[in-house]
Amino acid sequence: MIDTNMEEQNTGRAAEWREELRAAMPAKERTAIPRAKMPQLDPEFRIHSNEEVNQGLSAEQAVLEATRCLDCPTPTCVEGCPVNIDIPGFIKNIQRGDVAEAASVLARTSALPAVCGRVCPQERQCESRCIYNKMKKEPVAIGYLERYAADTVRENPTESTQYAIKSNGIKVAVVGSGPAGLSFAGDMSARGFEVHIFEALHEIGGVLKYGIPEFRLPNSVVDAELENLAKRGVIFHTDTVVGKTYSYDDILSMGFAGLFVASGAGLPRFMGIPGENLIGVMSSNEYLTRINLMGAGKPGHDTPAPLGKRVAVIGGGNTAMDSVRTSRRMGAEKSMIIYRRGEAEMPARVEEVHHAKEEGVEFMTLCNPVEYKGDEKGHVKSMLVQRMELGEPDASGRRSPVPIPGAIDEIPVDLVIVSVGVSPNPLIPSSIDGLDVTSKGTLAVNDKLQTSIPVIFAGGDIVRGGATVILAMGDGRKAAASMADKLLADA
Amino acid sequence: MNRILEKSFFSEKVVKLIVEAPAVAKARKPGHFVIVRADAGGERIPLTIASADTEKGTIMLVVQAVGESTRKICALEPGEYLTDLVGPLGRATDIGRRDGTVVCCAGGVGIAPLLPIVEAMKKAGNRVVSVIAARTADLLILEDEIRRWSDEVIIMTDDGSAGRKGLVTAGVEDVILRENVAEVVAIGPAVMMKFVALLTKKYNVPTICSLNTIMVDGTGMCGACRVNVGGKMRFVCVDGPEFDAHQVDFDEMIMRMRAYD
Repeated sequence: MIDTNMEEQNTGRAAEWREELRAAMPAKERTAIPRAKMPQLDPEFRIHSNEEVNQGLSAEQAVLEATRCLDCPTPTCVEGCPVNIDIPGFIKNIQRGDVAEAASVLARTSALPAVCGRVCPQERQCESRCIYNKMKKEPVAIGYLERYAADTVRENPTESTQYAIKSNGIKVAVVGSGPAGLSFAGDMSARGFEVHIFEALHEIGGVLKYGIPEFRLPNSVVDAELENLAKRGVIFHTDTVVGKTYSYDDILSMGFAGLFVASGAGLPRFMGIPGENLIGVMSSNEYLTRINLMGAGKPGHDTPAPLGKRVAVIGGGNTAMDSVRTSRRMGAEKSMIIYRRGEAEMPARVEEVHHAKEEGVEFMTLCNPVEYKGDEKGHVKSMLVQRMELGEPDASGRRSPVPIPGAIDEIPVDLVIVSVGVSPNPLIPSSIDGLDVTSKGTLAVNDKLQTSIPVIFAGGDIVRGGATVILAMGDGRKAAASMADKLLADA
Repeated sequence: MNRILEKSFFSEKVVKLIVEAPAVAKARKPGHFVIVRADAGGERIPLTIASADTEKGTIMLVVQAVGESTRKICALEPGEYLTDLVGPLGRATDIGRRDGTVVCCAGGVGIAPLLPIVEAMKKAGNRVVSVIAARTADLLILEDEIRRWSDEVIIMTDDGSAGRKGLVTAGVEDVILRENVAEVVAIGPAVMMKFVALLTKKYNVPTICSLNTIMVDGTGMCGACRVNVGGKMRFVCVDGPEFDAHQVDFDEMIMRMRAYD
């Protein structure tokens, strides 16, 4: 295991090299440096391609951005991170040019830094707590730097990367290969457990593969993480549904001592309005799965692609943004976001909204669909939209939208993508007797992420109901620590 | 796994495959289905399991070539592999002793998924009358297997080339009129199930149908398979594939089946 005292001496804030870095430039000079601009593909080019929009910082940009970090004595950014990454620790290593060390600081707390550097809502987490905000300046670009460190070591692997871990002879099983399952697997294999991941789909990666599009998270980045896990001895089983292909009893009889359920959110929600079952109205899960996982519309792939010239995406979250930006790339002439609250209330990342606008997406906020109309063949041809205005704040503190009487517009559409959230998948809860479920249908767990069956732990969206990659990943790590403690104590 | 051990043709476009899938063979129950992909670029196609041999670790699939993806599956030869096969999916048929005759009816390739239900209903101690139908005698499949587990088999063909001339509904109605029918199980094209449901509703006989909608993941994630059952949205892959036929909006289902035609 890692000797944390040694680590502290070498890379902690009190380390000599960090003191030197702090002394090398006065704070006033650092804070005068403008925040790095992420190099991006041109919007006109990118709506005709699937290439990643954000191109990543150059080495010069990264070092300069790292220089902006004041290496605060009490770094509030760390408190804003759901897994408390040692943010100044990795940033200062970038500044001194030791990117490998920066990556190993990240690896201490994050299983998937290249993924989180891309998809975390930093503006609501670490970056929102950066001291620069108090100075009315843009925060240090922590997400960009995290991605830089992870990408640099991935693209320049060192010989020293080795995984000589002593096996403890205990087998554990994971349901689902999304961010929670993968981070759990990484940590458990590092502890010497033999980890088997069971995935229902034909590809590993869960939402990172079927959900988040290539232009935001390239598959090559995910695949590199999967290869690392495979090198550490993690065994993947695709096309396997725990609860169906193998019962819980089968899992026990195969010799697994523990089970981590990370099966994700599952069932898409619909709004229950007239016309929602017309052809051309579908969930964002279906739309994104067809295109991202099944390759719909690409040569050599048989799955039909849902194509529309006038596309309406219902919802204001990241999945809605992923869907609407995908529709532009699939040739839509007009792509619209239909959201019942105002733009300020949108749950999507600011960067996503910004990118969508650059790509020509129209935002119809304070609009709520009330009905879809179809042609004689049952294909959606228009939608009725109720205009809303903001009323009194609701329980969540957000001003709740109320309909403006009589303000209903009919808008022609030929593809509607419903992205209004998901419900927990009942597959696991209904197939293992004795698993306690909450009133929302999520798995009930204690503070150690342990379910009502002591050797079954759970994390990610099957527990949270719909959250972020970083929270799922954090759950995976926490569950790994809890399960390892339990199984090693039992052994 | 997923190796094709045997292949035979029921007709020009209908193929029987025996596939090596030991875990699925062991876990499956009547009513369950699998999702298969013929190759790396293939679509995910749901197919109901016709039978299984747990000792040999095999399942039987009956596939009708209707589009590109099913044609690819039908073109695979013994020794070749399905790239992917996952299951068993869906909820199993509710099998049990009924207070009267169980009529199991099917049309065309629907006879294949009907077979395990006929067998299980018979083994549960029921009197089982099977009504199997096809356009013409050549398209009638699995007659001997159905006969083995049925007290009586009524065969219907559109052209009268085998059994009686007429639709499956005529055969079902005869049974309902002459004896106490506790339940009807109907599997086949959506339009056939629709008319069986209309008939049995008239006689107030509880009826179960097995739906074969478009699916992508088959585990509840995408909602492509959603149907309107009694005014509620249900997912065929996780809530079904079997539903109360009197509650299913078949017209909407038939419309949705044409989404990508």
